[in-house]
Amino acid sequence: MADLAQSDSATLEQQPDSKEPIVVVDNVSIIFDVKPVLQNVSFTVQRGETRIILGPAGGGKSVLLKLINGLLKPDTGSIRVFGEDVSTMRETELFKLRSRIGMVFQESALFDSISVGDNVSYRLHEDHLPEEETHARVVEALRFVELENTIEKFPSELSGGMRRRVSIARAIITNPDLILYDSPTGGLDPITSTTIIDLVIKQRDVTHTTSLVITHRIQDAYLLARSRFNTETGKVEQIPNNGIDDSTKFLVLNEGKVVFDGTTEELVHSTDPWLKEYLS
Amino acid sequence: MPFVSPEIFAKERLAAIQDYSILSWRAVVNLFTRPRYLADIYTQMDYIGVGSMPIVVLTGFFTGCVLALQSATSLEAFGSVSLTGNLVALSMVKELGPVLTGLMVSGRNASGMASEIGSMKVTEQIDAMRALGTDPVRKLVTPRLYATVFMLFFLTIMSDACGIAGGALISVALLGLNGSSYFHNSYRALQYGDVVQGLTKPLFSGFIIATVGCYFGMNTKGGTQGVGKATTQAVVVSSVFIIIVDLLVTRAMIGVFGR
Repeated sequence: MADLAQSDSATLEQQPDSKEPIVVVDNVSIIFDVKPVLQNVSFTVQRGETRIILGPAGGGKSVLLKLINGLLKPDTGSIRVFGEDVSTMRETELFKLRSRIGMVFQESALFDSISVGDNVSYRLHEDHLPEEETHARVVEALRFVELENTIEKFPSELSGGMRRRVSIARAIITNPDLILYDSPTGGLDPITSTTIIDLVIKQRDVTHTTSLVITHRIQDAYLLARSRFNTETGKVEQIPNNGIDDSTKFLVLNEGKVVFDGTTEELVHSTDPWLKEYLS
Repeated sequence: MPFVSPEIFAKERLAAIQDYSILSWRAVVNLFTRPRYLADIYTQMDYIGVGSMPIVVLTGFFTGCVLALQSATSLEAFGSVSLTGNLVALSMVKELGPVLTGLMVSGRNASGMASEIGSMKVTEQIDAMRALGTDPVRKLVTPRLYATVFMLFFLTIMSDACGIAGGALISVALLGLNGSSYFHNSYRALQYGDVVQGLTKPLFSGFIIATVGCYFGMNTKGGTQGVGKATTQAVVVSSVFIIIVDLLVTRAMIGVFGR
């Protein structure tokens, strides 16, 4: 994925102000029917940051990610992504913005009537890239998730974990500046979950892409915070001396409200009774 | 089914009409701007047009047969069995061909569209498409709309022809009429206004089938049960709409052509 890393650094150079946050969620609320799903949620995600969104099921985590990608509109508040207000943008304008965002859906959301290769290359086909270049990039993206032998297969022929990995390949193929992972380990067994988290770590440490990762598995969150990808061995390993990845931060949601927003260290030492019980 | 207040019910119906109108408008105008998914239009034309051919041919043929048999019984009382060709041709071209073809294609394709798009909706594939920068209306609805309108026009012609042929078979084989005289009477019975009326109806039916099928698909909620519900609703609503619009078009055409 050296090419991915190079293109990412090129993108960084093009940015006029690299200190400007990539995502700014400001006082966002949304109600479905009569039930408030998110209430006055505010936080920012800096460039290169990996923000883990933790919380019990039904807490509004997936809705938050859909709001950031402009797939839903908030009732109140604003969401700025790359400096643009997605909460007021028209759908046609959002299509352009989304070319800079990769999204991994909760249930993979692969197009089941086309092959894995066509799923991964979907956006490249939309951009009418030459067939040779498209194929090379599809192979590269599938190799990143160690599934290059599945290019001709259909999603229904793959296991849940493999589908999730194909979904990651589809999200990263255009070298996006922001990746949204919606419960990438949801419904998977612990071993497969670790494989998926390893891929998220690899993507984080190779390309330093800003990302938001939803999970309700605390062990996955700690794995993300305490591991790094070793480019020499090509493997994910624990950061020595109980070290913590500086670029990884946490946001904890409960019943649509922000319970915690801060670093791994702050989370571990939080005195909030609900948080302590949740983390235990 | 839960009871709701008349106010909420009226608001929901109005919102549905608004959503349907917006979807239909976007589906129509999308063809005039880029990107256009021509390959998808051809794929849908093959699926909707060629795929519906067997049911349309069979329905048209046997309807023509039954029409000849039934009308001969009534015409015999007036000593006008020789006019069977006139009756079959006029009934098939003006009414039965367009309506039956519309209903058959609705049963096959409005349900297919609702279930296919509905399944994509409940499995987040529509959201994934939007997240990948593709307009789902442009990619999924517009090709189905233009393919259905275009192919239903030709399917109706096929149905009319098969119906008249079916009537001919019965007239010659069972009623003892002269084949040449049957076709001559059929041809003479049809006037320009009749053909225009018969070929205007499938344009409306095609529009109804595609937009209603896609509308229910795009608004599917509630998993596999929701997909089943959307499919049923799509067939019921499109079938009823086809018959209502048939009445309106018939009245308008009688006003224009006087028959």
